[in-house]
Amino acid sequence: MDKRNIQLDDDGQLRHFLTIEGLKRQMLVDILDAAESFTSVTEQTVKKVPLLRGKTIVNLFFESSTRTRTTFELAAKRLSADVLNINVNASATTKGETLLDTQRNLEAMQCDMFVVRHAVSGAAHFIARHAAPHVSVINAGDGRHAHPTQAMLDMFTIRRHKGDFYKLRVAIVGDILHSRVARSQIHALSTLGVEEIRVIGPKTLIPLEAHTLGVHVHHDLRSGLRDIDVIITLRLQHERMTGALLPSEHEYFQLYGLTEARLDLAKPDAIIMHPGPINRGVEIDSAVADGPRSVILNQVAHGTAVRMAIMAKAMQRLPSLPARELH
Amino acid sequence: MAAALRALLAGQGITDPLMVGIYTGGVWVAQRLHRLLGLENPLGTLDISFYRDDFTRVGMNPTVKPSLLPVNIEDRHVILVDDVLNTGRTIRAALNELFDYGRPASILLAALVDRGGRELPIQADVVGTRIDLAAGEHIKLHGPQPLRLSRVSGAR
Repeated sequence: MDKRNIQLDDDGQLRHFLTIEGLKRQMLVDILDAAESFTSVTEQTVKKVPLLRGKTIVNLFFESSTRTRTTFELAAKRLSADVLNINVNASATTKGETLLDTQRNLEAMQCDMFVVRHAVSGAAHFIARHAAPHVSVINAGDGRHAHPTQAMLDMFTIRRHKGDFYKLRVAIVGDILHSRVARSQIHALSTLGVEEIRVIGPKTLIPLEAHTLGVHVHHDLRSGLRDIDVIITLRLQHERMTGALLPSEHEYFQLYGLTEARLDLAKPDAIIMHPGPINRGVEIDSAVADGPRSVILNQVAHGTAVRMAIMAKAMQRLPSLPARELH
Repeated sequence: MAAALRALLAGQGITDPLMVGIYTGGVWVAQRLHRLLGLENPLGTLDISFYRDDFTRVGMNPTVKPSLLPVNIEDRHVILVDDVLNTGRTIRAALNELFDYGRPASILLAALVDRGGRELPIQADVVGTRIDLAAGEHIKLHGPQPLRLSRVSGAR
């Protein structure tokens, strides 16, 4: 990344949202506060506000993701923007057009924002670096690098249930090594000042340099869950089973699956989160996933409001002319 | 203002209006009027930040408060209250937001101060006071306790 944070404009306002890294605590708090306001929009008869009326937002998904794309689309529509969903599998990129050419063409159509999902780390950053001045880029997940909007909706969910971040102990359980969600969550939790972040998983799924992120590493679920306020379980990709990183799903569940018995080690009011979609009986027992301490569906519900907040903040421009007062 | 509003409501045969204040000063004024008129319906509040017509120039208000309309506004008589009526754009935004909650039977507008300078064809039904300001002068309501108006020079 450039020394200058390309996510911010010359006045320090959010222009692109590519990663949590480099964003100050107040920026994250502002996003959470704005998301809080946007939750009220869903309570209106007309569930939308005219904030981004006349703007065109492109969902540029090079990797399939129904849930994330849907919440971005819903968020954009609730802000009154026009939304284009580009089916990349059927697009010109499969005919040989470069990513940059695709971007240039969409910009020529006067699109204002790209929401980018890509299997390659850094793809959203690449598009942002080449974006026209009037265009904002939101990272909807790139390779193993970052998934910052997911991390922010997780932070929103934690704040809703726990209030202040400072005294919290948070555990992230599972495949930390391949998880862009975990990376973004760790950066967000650190920036928001939680007391302790633990990562829990087998040695094969925790990066060697994990300690450089300021987290405590546990390979034993029981010791890792002790006195924890928030447990975030990660989705286990099936390909990790065939990649010799894990012996079997069954064994993983035996060692790292979240069961009601193991929850007893955490604080009695601990909440359980999961970015979804969940593998029942692999990362988490059904009784826990559907139990009273699970806030997994709350996370989904918060996704739209948080993405509305991020889109609105990225699209806002400081005035080039003196502001006209509203009275 | 309370007396004028009471007379207006009586003249129009409105018995159970819903009063809605616009953040921030409008809510302070509405709280006072709501008490003086002894209205039964709880007070509603409106933050029009998401409805501003200059969002892409001035950005988002960092402290947006959720709007709260405690009862269904469908077919209800609404009294909209703001502190200073100037260009009319705040009221335009508030009307748009209200209609996203439903279709009221009618809307009356009450403003503590009308300082002129309208850019839209919007007028108040009840006005506390009219003030002529010099160029570059603005008016500001301080509150909530006590409510106090002051003239401010220069940019706001």
